[in-house]
Amino acid sequence: MAGLLGKKVGMTSIFSAEGKNVPCTVIEAGPCVVTQVKTVDKDGYSAIQLGYVDKKEKRSNKAEIGHNKKAGTLPKNKVAEFSEFKEDYQLGDVLTVDLFKGDLWVDITGVSKGKGFQGVVKRHGFAGVNDATHGQHNRLRAPGSLGASSYPSRVFKGMRMAGRMGGDRVKMLSLRVMKVIPESNLLLVKGSVPGPKGGYLIIEK
Amino acid sequence: MDLLKLVEKEFATENDYPKFSAGDTITVHYKIIEGNKERIQQFRGTVIQKKGAGITKTFTVRKMSGNVGVERIFPENSPFIDKIERNKSGKVRRARIFYLRELTGKKARIKEQVRR
Repeated sequence: MAGLLGKKVGMTSIFSAEGKNVPCTVIEAGPCVVTQVKTVDKDGYSAIQLGYVDKKEKRSNKAEIGHNKKAGTLPKNKVAEFSEFKEDYQLGDVLTVDLFKGDLWVDITGVSKGKGFQGVVKRHGFAGVNDATHGQHNRLRAPGSLGASSYPSRVFKGMRMAGRMGGDRVKMLSLRVMKVIPESNLLLVKGSVPGPKGGYLIIEK
Repeated sequence: MDLLKLVEKEFATENDYPKFSAGDTITVHYKIIEGNKERIQQFRGTVIQKKGAGITKTFTVRKMSGNVGVERIFPENSPFIDKIERNKSGKVRRARIFYLRELTGKKARIKEQVRR
């Protein structure tokens, strides 16, 4: 889908026309540079590759520098492919947040905040043990049984247990666009968005 | 953070509410929409806290309705606030006077402060 790369700035709330207090996420979207144009003839499918935020030259390798030189730009920190744009773009074109002008909804992908090693109550929504009394002790947030005994004599694959939580790629669907501010490349969407402040986001329409 | 402030600037509304702080008695004139009719309701009480920054500022007003305490939180930038009157300025030592919740009757009075 057509879209842009961006960064989460933070959250605030605004009052809508009806006077409702709407929680909003502020996103700095673009400007992104077209770093590669993929065509059906050459690559088997059509898409454009966008790059966002210049990378220091000493942090880039020669391949990155050469690839971006073709588009007349510097290497980028974040690169992603998009397709189904209304217009045709050439190598080196710059896409701004204007792309979302007039759009009501966008989908946003980000990497969620890492939560570390978490138990089943937080990680999978287990209820835990509801009683703190009646002889219970030290098992309030325990997962309980992992399965039956002699049959199957093993724990099934995919059994939900404690472990690393967060840091996953999460896509939020149909977020309402509240406002587009082209002068400062800002996009306001209703509600929250995965990831920390300053985290990279993929915004699709 | 500057970009956030920029957004808040964009949505900021001008108001000419008087300055008030915790301990003050204020009257908030609040617009209420019933169906398609709009009327103004007054809420008079003591400010017990002011909170937040920028566009998300709120303040809490507490009043005694009969012998039941009623607290209401108003967003300072709410378009529904018609006007705010400062009736009394109170002398309190802290910014959040939650201790008022436990007090009733004569104990719940706040000394008036003459402001320069």
